[in-house]
Amino acid sequence: MKRFLDLYQSLDATTRTNDKVDALVDYFCHVDARDAAWAAYLLAGKKLGKSINSRRLRDWVSQETGYDAWLVEECYQSVGDLSETLALLLPPPFTPADPPLHALIEDQLLPMLRSDEADQKRIILAVWRSLDAPSRFLFHKLLSTNFRVGVSRTLLVRALARVAGIESGVMEHRMSAKWKPTAADYRKLVSSEDDREIDLSRPYPFLLAHPLESDLAALGPIADWQLEWKWDGIRAQLIRRAGHTYLVSRGEEHVATAFPEIVQLGATLPDGTALDGEILAFHNDRPLPFAHLQRRLNRKNVELMLFTDVPVVFLAYDIMEHEGKDVRTKTQNERRALLETIVCKSCDLKLSPLVEAKSWDEIEALMASARDRGVEGLMIKRRDSAYEVGRPRGVWWKLKVAPYTLDCVLIAAQPGNGKRAGLFSDYTFAVRDGENLVPITKAYSGLTDDEIAEVDRWVRGHITGRYGPVRSVTPQLIFELGFEGIQESDRHKSGIALRFPRMLRWRKDKPLAEIDTLENARRLLLQHNAIP
Amino acid sequence: MDPLLIESPDGLYCPAGDFHVDAWRGVARNIVTHAHSDHARWGSKQYLTAREGKAILHERVGADANITPLAYGEVIDLNGVKVSLHPAGHVRGSAQARLEHNGRVLVFTGDYKRQTDPTCTPFELVRCHEFITESTFGLPIYRWQEPSLVAADINAWWRRNLELERTSVVLAYTLGKAQRVISMLDPSVGPILLHGSMVRMTDLYRQTGCELPPTDHASPENAKLHKGRAIVIAPPSAHGSTWIRKFLPVSVASASGWMMVRGQRRRRAVDRGFILSDHVDWPDLMRTIEETGAERVGVTHGYTSVVTRFLKERGKDAYAINTRFVGEGEESDEATPSGSLAPVIGGEAQGEGEVAHEREATPVSQDPTPTPQPSPPRTGKREEDV
Repeated sequence: MKRFLDLYQSLDATTRTNDKVDALVDYFCHVDARDAAWAAYLLAGKKLGKSINSRRLRDWVSQETGYDAWLVEECYQSVGDLSETLALLLPPPFTPADPPLHALIEDQLLPMLRSDEADQKRIILAVWRSLDAPSRFLFHKLLSTNFRVGVSRTLLVRALARVAGIESGVMEHRMSAKWKPTAADYRKLVSSEDDREIDLSRPYPFLLAHPLESDLAALGPIADWQLEWKWDGIRAQLIRRAGHTYLVSRGEEHVATAFPEIVQLGATLPDGTALDGEILAFHNDRPLPFAHLQRRLNRKNVELMLFTDVPVVFLAYDIMEHEGKDVRTKTQNERRALLETIVCKSCDLKLSPLVEAKSWDEIEALMASARDRGVEGLMIKRRDSAYEVGRPRGVWWKLKVAPYTLDCVLIAAQPGNGKRAGLFSDYTFAVRDGENLVPITKAYSGLTDDEIAEVDRWVRGHITGRYGPVRSVTPQLIFELGFEGIQESDRHKSGIALRFPRMLRWRKDKPLAEIDTLENARRLLLQHNAIP
Repeated sequence: MDPLLIESPDGLYCPAGDFHVDAWRGVARNIVTHAHSDHARWGSKQYLTAREGKAILHERVGADANITPLAYGEVIDLNGVKVSLHPAGHVRGSAQARLEHNGRVLVFTGDYKRQTDPTCTPFELVRCHEFITESTFGLPIYRWQEPSLVAADINAWWRRNLELERTSVVLAYTLGKAQRVISMLDPSVGPILLHGSMVRMTDLYRQTGCELPPTDHASPENAKLHKGRAIVIAPPSAHGSTWIRKFLPVSVASASGWMMVRGQRRRRAVDRGFILSDHVDWPDLMRTIEETGAERVGVTHGYTSVVTRFLKERGKDAYAINTRFVGEGEESDEATPSGSLAPVIGGEAQGEGEVAHEREATPVSQDPTPTPQPSPPRTGKREEDV
C-alpha cells in the first residue's frame, strides 16, 4: 500500500509529464505483478464494482471520533473531498500496517463491497485502525469508485510500453482488450513478445477529432476533405468476429446488452469486421436529442417498452478491420469505399451520409441548418489520412454548432471540490418569470481562476441566506450560459433541464432587467425538441 | 459584573483599564500580542508588547513608535487592571495578555501554538476564569505532526532536489515561519539563501538572541553560484514571479498548516506542501481550553462558529468574537501569485524588484458593503494574518 501511496503522491505532486511517466515506470518495475496488475487497472480508470454508501462511512466516522454529523459536514465543506475529510478526521492508527495493494483489495475491499452492513463496518473499522491518514485517503478513493489521479490513459500506456519494451500503439491495443487485474494478465500486458493472438472482443483505439479553431478556408481545398455531420449519440465500435458480435463504447464499456437491436444487426456482418460509428436514437430519418438515448444507458435489461419507444440505430462511419485484417493504414477514401460495400443497402445498418459541398462558403451556410437537423456540428476528415491512434492533429476535425445561450443571474453559490475546495465556485442561476426569478440550472465551469476568485470575493460580501453549504446572494451578477440541449424536467422548479451548461461570458455590461425570461427558455425547449 | 474586554469599533477594548488589545486602528494605548499585521496596526500613541518582540514590532509600526516593553510575567497596573504578558509560542516576541481585575482573570491568547519551536519562548499555560482563544485551525481535521518529522522531510526533499540539480524554494512568511524553517534546516546539505525581504527580519531574530544556521542573501551572484544546490526561503508572493527564474530549475514547496488539505496544496500549485503551522491544531486547542480551567471561552480569529458550537454542546459557556480580519477563506492570496487581489494595508514594500511586497492582511472592510454580513462559512485566515 505504501509503495502505491508513494506513486500516487508523486503523480499528484507534479504536472511534468516526463516525471509522471518516470514515476510510473519506476513503480511498475519494482512491485509484485499482483500489485502492478491492480495499479494498472485502477490507473486505467477501471472500477472495482459498486461503491459503498458514503452516508454509512460518515456515520462510522462519527462513531469512531465522537464528532457529530454537523462537525463532519463542516470539515467536509472546508476540505471539499469526502475521502480526504474522513481520512483526516480519524484518529491515528492503533496498529499501523502496510498490506500489499493486492491483498488490501482482494482480501478486504472486494469482500467488503459484497457484504452486509455489519460486515462492512467490521472490515472498514479494521482497515481504519491499521492505516495512517494518507493511506486511508487512498483507500477511500478506491472505495468511492471515482479513483482519479492526474494520469491520462496516454501516459499510462507510455509507461507500460516502456516497461514492456514495445511500441505505445501495441500497448494501447493490448490495454483495450479485456483483461483482469491478475498477475497472469499483467504479465501478458507487459510481455515483450509480439501479440498475434487477438482477444476477440478487443476494439481498436478510437481516432479522436480536434476541435477546429481556425477558419474553414485555412484547411485548403475542400476536395481534400470528407465531410459528415457530427452526431450527438454514443460513439461505439461494432465488432463481428468468429460468430460473435461486440458493441464497445468509447469508454471501453461493453454496451451490447443495452442495445440488443444493434447486436442483431451486427450479426449480419461478415466475420472479421470492425466498424466505427455512432449509436443514435432515430425517428423518421432524424436523430432524436441525446436525452432519448440516455434512458437506455445504465440499464442491464432493456424493457420492451423502451425497445419500441426509442428506436436505436448504429450509424457507421469508418472501418478498421475487414476480412480479419487491420485496414487502418488505408486512406480515409479507401476505407469509406470499403465501408460502403459492407454496409450495403441490403442490410439494415445505416451509413453516416456524406455532406456534399463545393466550397467552404456552402458549408458555412449548411452549418446554420445543423440545429434543425438535430446534429451537433460537422466532422471534417482528411481524405488521404490513415485511421491513426489517439488524437493526431490535422486528421479529423470537428466543428461544433454554436451552443444555445441564455443570460442568467447568479442567485446562489456553494464551495467547489478538489482544487476549488473552499472557493465559491459552484453556482445556481435563474431567469426572470414576470416579477420572480426562477432557478434554471447550476453551472461549474467556464470561468478562469481569476474570475472565480473575483466571484468568490463578491459572493462573500453579498450573502443573503445560508442553506447548508449553499449561500444565496443578491441577484446582481449576470452570466451568459451556453448549453448543448434543453429538455423538460420535473426535478427543477422551472420545469427545464439544460445539457452541458457552462458559463460563456460574465456580462458585466448587462443589467438585471435584461436577462432572459422563462418564456425564452421554453421557446428554446420547443425548438430543440421539435420532431418534424 | 462588567466584562473585562468588550468589542469596540477599534477592536477589543478594556473599559476598566482604558486600553485596547490588538487594536485595528491607532488608539491611545494598545497592548500588542505580536507583530503580525492583523494584530499590530500602525498609529497608536503607546504600545505595550513583550520585550522579546519590541525590535520586531518597531519594524512593523515604525522606528519612532512609542513602545513600552514588558518582560514575560512582569505585572503592571493600568487604572486598577493588572496586566502581564506571557509567552504564546507563536512567533518571536508573541505573548498572551493576562488581565486581572476585581479578582477575575481573563487571558487573551493572540495567536499561539504548543509545539516545539526554538525560535521563540515556548507557550506558558496561564490559568484563568475567562479565556479568549484564536481558532485559525479550529476543525478536527487539523492535527500537526512532530516538528522533528517535518524537519526530516524538508531536509530529505532538499537532498533529493540536490541530486536532481534543482534549487529548493520554500515559501514561508517573512515573520516567524521563515525563521522557523531556517532553524529546521541541516546546513551541511548546502547553502541557505534568503529572499531580500527576509534578510532584515532574520537579522532581528539573531540580534534578539535567536540562534540560526548561517544564511546568505539570495542575490543574483549567489544564485549563479549556488543554484541547483541551495535552499531558498522566499515569501509566498515570490511564487511564479520572475525573481524566481534565476534559480531555475526549481522545486517549490509551501510550509503552512493549510498544506494539510490537498485542494489547498493543488490550488497553490506548489510541488510540495510541508504541514508546518505556528497555530494550535485542534487537539492542542481543546487541551489548552481544558487546562486553563476557564469557565467562559471566547473564540476569535478563524473557525469561530464551529468551535463555539462544539464547546457549547459540551457544556462550556462559549461565545464568538468577530474580528475585522476574517480574511478571504483559507486559500488566501498566496493562491494568486501576482497582484490580482485587493490592495493591502500595512504591506510595506520590502524587497527586491519584481517582488514588490509581501501582501499581508486584507481587512474585510475593503468590501463596499461590509456589515452586517453573515460571516462566511470558512473564515480561516492567512498564515501571516494569523
